[in-house]
Amino acid sequence: MNKPLNKRIDMPLQAVEARNSNFDEVALGYSPEMAKAEASRCLQCKKRPCISGCPVGIDIPGFIKAICDDNLPAAVETIKNDNILPGICGRVCPQETQCENVCVFNKGGNAIAIGRLERFTADWERNNKSEIAPVSKSPATGKRIAVVGSGPAGLTVAADLARMGHSVTVLEALHTTGGVLKYGIPDFRLPSEIIEEEVENIKALGVIFQLNTLVGKTQTIDELLERFDAVFLGTGAGLPIFMNIPGENLVGVYSANEFLTRVNLMQAYKFPEYQTPVKAGRQVAVIGGGNVAMDAARSALRLGAERVCIIYRRTEVEMPARREEVEHAIEEGVEMIFLASPVRFLGDEKRNLKSVECIRMELGEPDSSGRRRPLPVEGSQFIIDIDVAIVALGTTPNPLISQTSPGLKTSHKGTLIYDEATSRTTKPRVWAGGDIVTGSATVISAMGAARRAAADIDKFLKTDEGKAGQNWLKADV
Amino acid sequence: MARCFKKIIELIVYKILEKQNLATNVYLFRIKAPLIASKAKAGQFVMLRVSQKGERIPLTLAEWDGAEGSITIVVMAVGATTCQLSRLEEGDKINDLLGPLGNPTEIEYFGTVVCVAGGFAIAVIRPVIRALKEAGNHIISIIGVRNKELLFWEKELEQDSDELIITTDDGSYKRKGLVTEPLKELLEGSRDINRVIAIGPTAMMKFASLTTKPFGVKTIVSLNPIMVDGTGMCGCCRVTIGDETRFACVDGPEFDGHLVDWEEFMSRQTTYLDQEKYSYQCSLGTGEKHHG
Ligand SMILES: Cc1cc2nc3c(=O)[nH]c(=O)nc-3n(C[C@H](O)[C@H](O)[C@H](O)COP(=O)(O)OP(=O)(O)OC[C@H]3O[C@@H](n4cnc5c(N)ncnc54)[C@H](O)[C@@H]3O)c2cc1C
Ligand code: SF4
Ligand code: FES
Repeated sequence: MNKPLNKRIDMPLQAVEARNSNFDEVALGYSPEMAKAEASRCLQCKKRPCISGCPVGIDIPGFIKAICDDNLPAAVETIKNDNILPGICGRVCPQETQCENVCVFNKGGNAIAIGRLERFTADWERNNKSEIAPVSKSPATGKRIAVVGSGPAGLTVAADLARMGHSVTVLEALHTTGGVLKYGIPDFRLPSEIIEEEVENIKALGVIFQLNTLVGKTQTIDELLERFDAVFLGTGAGLPIFMNIPGENLVGVYSANEFLTRVNLMQAYKFPEYQTPVKAGRQVAVIGGGNVAMDAARSALRLGAERVCIIYRRTEVEMPARREEVEHAIEEGVEMIFLASPVRFLGDEKRNLKSVECIRMELGEPDSSGRRRPLPVEGSQFIIDIDVAIVALGTTPNPLISQTSPGLKTSHKGTLIYDEATSRTTKPRVWAGGDIVTGSATVISAMGAARRAAADIDKFLKTDEGKAGQNWLKADV
Repeated sequence: MARCFKKIIELIVYKILEKQNLATNVYLFRIKAPLIASKAKAGQFVMLRVSQKGERIPLTLAEWDGAEGSITIVVMAVGATTCQLSRLEEGDKINDLLGPLGNPTEIEYFGTVVCVAGGFAIAVIRPVIRALKEAGNHIISIIGVRNKELLFWEKELEQDSDELIITTDDGSYKRKGLVTEPLKELLEGSRDINRVIAIGPTAMMKFASLTTKPFGVKTIVSLNPIMVDGTGMCGCCRVTIGDETRFACVDGPEFDGHLVDWEEFMSRQTTYLDQEKYSYQCSLGTGEKHHG
């Protein structure tokens, strides 16, 4: 084993000049040598704090040790015991606030690059399929489960339950699987092939995917409950929030969901080969400070915008985006306008967007979230000329599911009420997890909830507990 | 497992069972789609994607047959997708079909209802007419087409409605003029008109609404904005109704025509005019975005 280095190893990136005009992946991944060198920095701590920092509890020192030992099949197996989507998580998890945050090396700012090593392991698996034994499956139980939504929550629950021997059908509204991974996160951060490969692995477990099925319209949950023993809802938080300011419906104002769906799901960046158009924009403003805002801004840049700015009402420190995404965006030339907030959009006589009026903000006392509350500075309005605006201020769950399912209770935020330990909803035999219960959160937290749901569904089906709805979550939790 | 898999495949393979050329550039497709057929109601639509690289476009349902497990759509070949669709034949498969989407038409007994349709929307107003008729309403249908060649289902509409008025822009058949003229006459006449429903090109729905407004007769229009998902996920289809922004795909597609911000609606429909021209390979076309 190499001597522990005290600095973490950088991951090679596509050069800025090149990547600004293509949708190929920006981060290129470790070489085997880099991975081994990085892995050998790990101290194999007795207390293993990193595991508790991981929402699905991957045996992190375990798989890192396997990399050190040149035993990559073992590394794959170790990760896959807890995480069925490592190629995805290695790329998009906010490791700096999770496992890497609690790594003993983090104090010096040099936490083990757990995410990069996870990604390396998953990529190795993809290129060396024949060396991996197929995942084991329990004998068939004859129980049937409907999983609604094929985002990370749905995929995880489907894989877990299939491995437990249940027969699983995933119903998805869109024409393809992956949820936000597919329609939201751009190819330059998470290539479609990675999602497709991981979905193929789940299909190989016998999971059936029924696309083009909007539950609530095409089939209702009550109908599903007639044919299935249990239903899991992983329908995410798909409803875009707008600001309700004047001019928001001008031509050229997009929700991030629309802009990213056009670009990613519908591949508008390959127009006209792909038939869905998108307004690329010459001067683009993105409103918001999360991953979604970074993805939208960087996509706009790649579509050929001359100037892309991000307007965020707090400062860089408060930005909820992954640190790496903010860094990459700045490197690529995205301009950051902090402490500002739009008050209205202005258009020309044809109602095409031509500018946005903003007001300066300052940070006041901390609010309930603990972050300092931004307050408008009177008389500080200023105007930015733009032809495309992308509103990336978050999403809430689509009310369709709760409206069409008697017995499903929601909070005032529109999220489903559920029991965190079991993922049970207020409706018997219906479980839920992911953004539909938390509001927009992260891939891994969706997967964590899904794993808890799968365990509880399995327990429920095996014991026939509460068949008539006894012991079910009380509606008033 | 294999059997169950086959069953699901059957549910989601959208095979064209019948194709008809109803009028110049207007095509009818009856498509296998059992799940959609079992749920469909008047006024609802589907999202359709012809091929892997295609756009998702909304099309209002013209008919459905729960027993056969089929739905019927009628399209006018005016854009890239509708042209591509019009080249498909019986036995071919549609890549993706999602539905039924949107809220059904409000159906109850109103009294006398005038149903106005323009262009190939003749096809999609039929289920509305029939449902309203079944609820006991007296139906006066006003159908407007540019010329005689574009008219279809005259007999069917005559059967479905209590009264039928046909107008052509060029006077090549029946009454010359626009649908708003007979509509106005009816409103000015001695009979009580309790509701108007207008489906068709945007300009027609707008002017029908403007015509009825002074008379205070509730007028429902079926909006056809550009859509992407059709499930409430993107907000592309947003329209201003009164003072509120609504998503046409989930809050509509039918709204009170007197409350629609028509200027905004029309501007949003032109968002991709340049790109549409570019990707448009067929010869014939008007500016109207794929209406269904
Ligand atoms: C642009 C963007 C970037 C992001 N970047 C990151 C990141 O870097 N790291 C990170 O951890 N998180 C990121 N997130 C958040 C993360 O993607 C989500 O938290 C996660 O995808 C939630 O998973 P889910 O399974 O709950 O829901 P989703 O991924 O939203 O999947 C829900 C699925 O259900 C389907 N569906 C909805 N309603 C129905 C219905 N009625 N019937 C059938 N199907 C239905 C939807 O079509 C969708 O496919 C990002 C989000 C966005 C939008
Ligand atoms: S905390 Fe860091 S050093 Fe310790 S085992 Fe985990 S990854 Fe290795
Ligand atoms: S089409 Fe996307 S929300 Fe209506």
